[in-house]
Amino acid sequence: MMKKKKKIVLAKPGLDGHDRGIQIVASALKEGGMDVIYLGLRQTPEMIVNAAIQKKANVIAVSVLTGSHMTVFRKMMKLLKEKGIKEMLVTGGGIIPEADQKKLSKLGVGRLFGPGTPLEEIVSYIKNWKGSVS
Amino acid sequence: MTSSRRNRTYYTPNDFPERGYAHHLGDPGTFPFTRGIHPTMYRQKPWTIREFAGFGTAEETNKRFHLLLAEGQMGLSVAFDMPTLMGVDSDSPRAEGEVGRCGVAIDTLQDMEDLFKKISLDRISTSMTINGPAIVMLAFYIACAQKQGASLRRLKGTLQNDILKEYIAQREWIFPPRPSLKLVVDVIEHCTHHLPLWNTISISGYHIREAGSTAAQELAFTLADGFTYVEESLKRGLAVDHFAPRLSFFFNAHLNFLEEIAKFRAARRIWAKKMRNEYKAKKKRSWLLRFHTQTAGCTLTRQQPENNIVRTAYEALSAVLGGTQSLHTNSMDEQLALPTEKAVRIALRTQQILLHEIGITEIVDPLAGSYAIECLTDRLEHRAEEYFRRIQEKGGVVPALEQGFFQKEIAHAARCYQREIEQKKRIIVGVNAYLQKEESEIPLLTIGAGIERKQVARLKRVRKMRSPQKVRQALEHLGEAAKTEENLMESLVEAAHAYATLGEIVEKLKRVFGEYHQKPIF
Repeated sequence: MMKKKKKIVLAKPGLDGHDRGIQIVASALKEGGMDVIYLGLRQTPEMIVNAAIQKKANVIAVSVLTGSHMTVFRKMMKLLKEKGIKEMLVTGGGIIPEADQKKLSKLGVGRLFGPGTPLEEIVSYIKNWKGSVS
Repeated sequence: MTSSRRNRTYYTPNDFPERGYAHHLGDPGTFPFTRGIHPTMYRQKPWTIREFAGFGTAEETNKRFHLLLAEGQMGLSVAFDMPTLMGVDSDSPRAEGEVGRCGVAIDTLQDMEDLFKKISLDRISTSMTINGPAIVMLAFYIACAQKQGASLRRLKGTLQNDILKEYIAQREWIFPPRPSLKLVVDVIEHCTHHLPLWNTISISGYHIREAGSTAAQELAFTLADGFTYVEESLKRGLAVDHFAPRLSFFFNAHLNFLEEIAKFRAARRIWAKKMRNEYKAKKKRSWLLRFHTQTAGCTLTRQQPENNIVRTAYEALSAVLGGTQSLHTNSMDEQLALPTEKAVRIALRTQQILLHEIGITEIVDPLAGSYAIECLTDRLEHRAEEYFRRIQEKGGVVPALEQGFFQKEIAHAARCYQREIEQKKRIIVGVNAYLQKEESEIPLLTIGAGIERKQVARLKRVRKMRSPQKVRQALEHLGEAAKTEENLMESLVEAAHAYATLGEIVEKLKRVFGEYHQKPIF
């Protein structure tokens, strides 16, 4: 059976507009053969989770540089749980200290990528993630 | 090199046409100011060491300010948190998780009063990095000065107030471009009459560069924004020599050392020529491009963070050789978190070493006459002029940004830069070469989770103690004034004194001006 294209919803949660990173990651994922939906700036966790469900995405990836990552990821995980979604990879990147990454990992958040990560690493992580798509 | 064309191996006199020293360069302090805005530069007056700071509540940032002043810093520079930058109150659901995170939270005049507790506003100079609601923050600052009993005519400082680069690069706007521009000119007009020592705007290339532009794009887009503000102020009926001396600039100091020095020199020459020849400014001060510089945050690496001290030092040196008026040096840990006190101190010491130890302040513009530097300066000037023509063809800066012109140019440059790193055509030590298995760990600043609660409680107290009637009245005045062509500064200062919140004021203005959305580019 042909593998279906992985569908990924990208977003910038919160009020920050620094989107150089997420734009570049979005391009790389698209070039990597994924179906990329970039929601843009100022998205709330509700908007992101709803969009991901509505678009039948496999992956949510957000970029947070402002230190609000704990609030944002916790909220998204809670919303997904409430809606009974288990097969969604929630990942992202930004300025996220390692201690916080560990805490988020315990909540079921996937890998979080810091500045200087090779694009290839992000693309192959998402590509190779074994989700619901087969 | 962050520009697309590669430099030659070496340069000779044949690389640039003979155009006459006086006409093309001039002595430092003389037109066209390629060599600097003062004849004596740092010999007489060192650049202002100005570290950007802010986090948590106003009380905490006030403590950091006192520390920086005690360590020998000469001016203050306020970093606001995201909700403040976007005109959102700390107790709004939209602010959740962001209060006091990457700057200080300022909701009302009360916060401004606490931020500058035991700091006399007529004795220091303050830079405020805020754009969307810049005019509101200036109103808070003016109200704060009035409460301290300081003379407004002696207030010194800079309001970033550069909304165009927000649409172009940093994306922290609130209202659509045209009403936003009106507010910028309101600030310029008000300060021209009442705050004569205040820099009304800091026309910024910094964020354009951080978003991924080349040096040439940073130069061209920033100056094009500058010309737009000049033209809008002229349309308001202001005389060029009244407002131009208080326009200031803010550039990035990136890694390509020689190109950066050339960029600063080219910026001064382009501005001076245009102000004199096209806008007919008569006063020397109107021709001067005075600028602040910050080392490039985007060049810092998470890997082997101590290396960032070295990068920052080179970048800072290019700014000094380029003739900057003030400088912020980044801290080594800013790819990991907000900087610790120790990291900030090293950044500050980096500037003090430049200033006192390496003899660089002795000779003004020491690289002038270098074939390479002069050729690079000319080349950047030409590339900027090419961009000015393209922007003109699009109908000017506002139509060009509405068409996404700048945004696409910058996104393309950012992708090229990233590709070069991925393909190792550009080596970044510790990132794609000279990797270390064990990353060194440095202590990081953690912002307590209690900050948000503390700030929300502070705001609640203010909401309780103020007179609801005064707030309502002030907001009504503001709403009415916003529907007219009237300068809004006076109404905003009134609202500040009534302890109206930033969010209340911004919501009132949104009802008149509307909001703005940009289609994402990737």
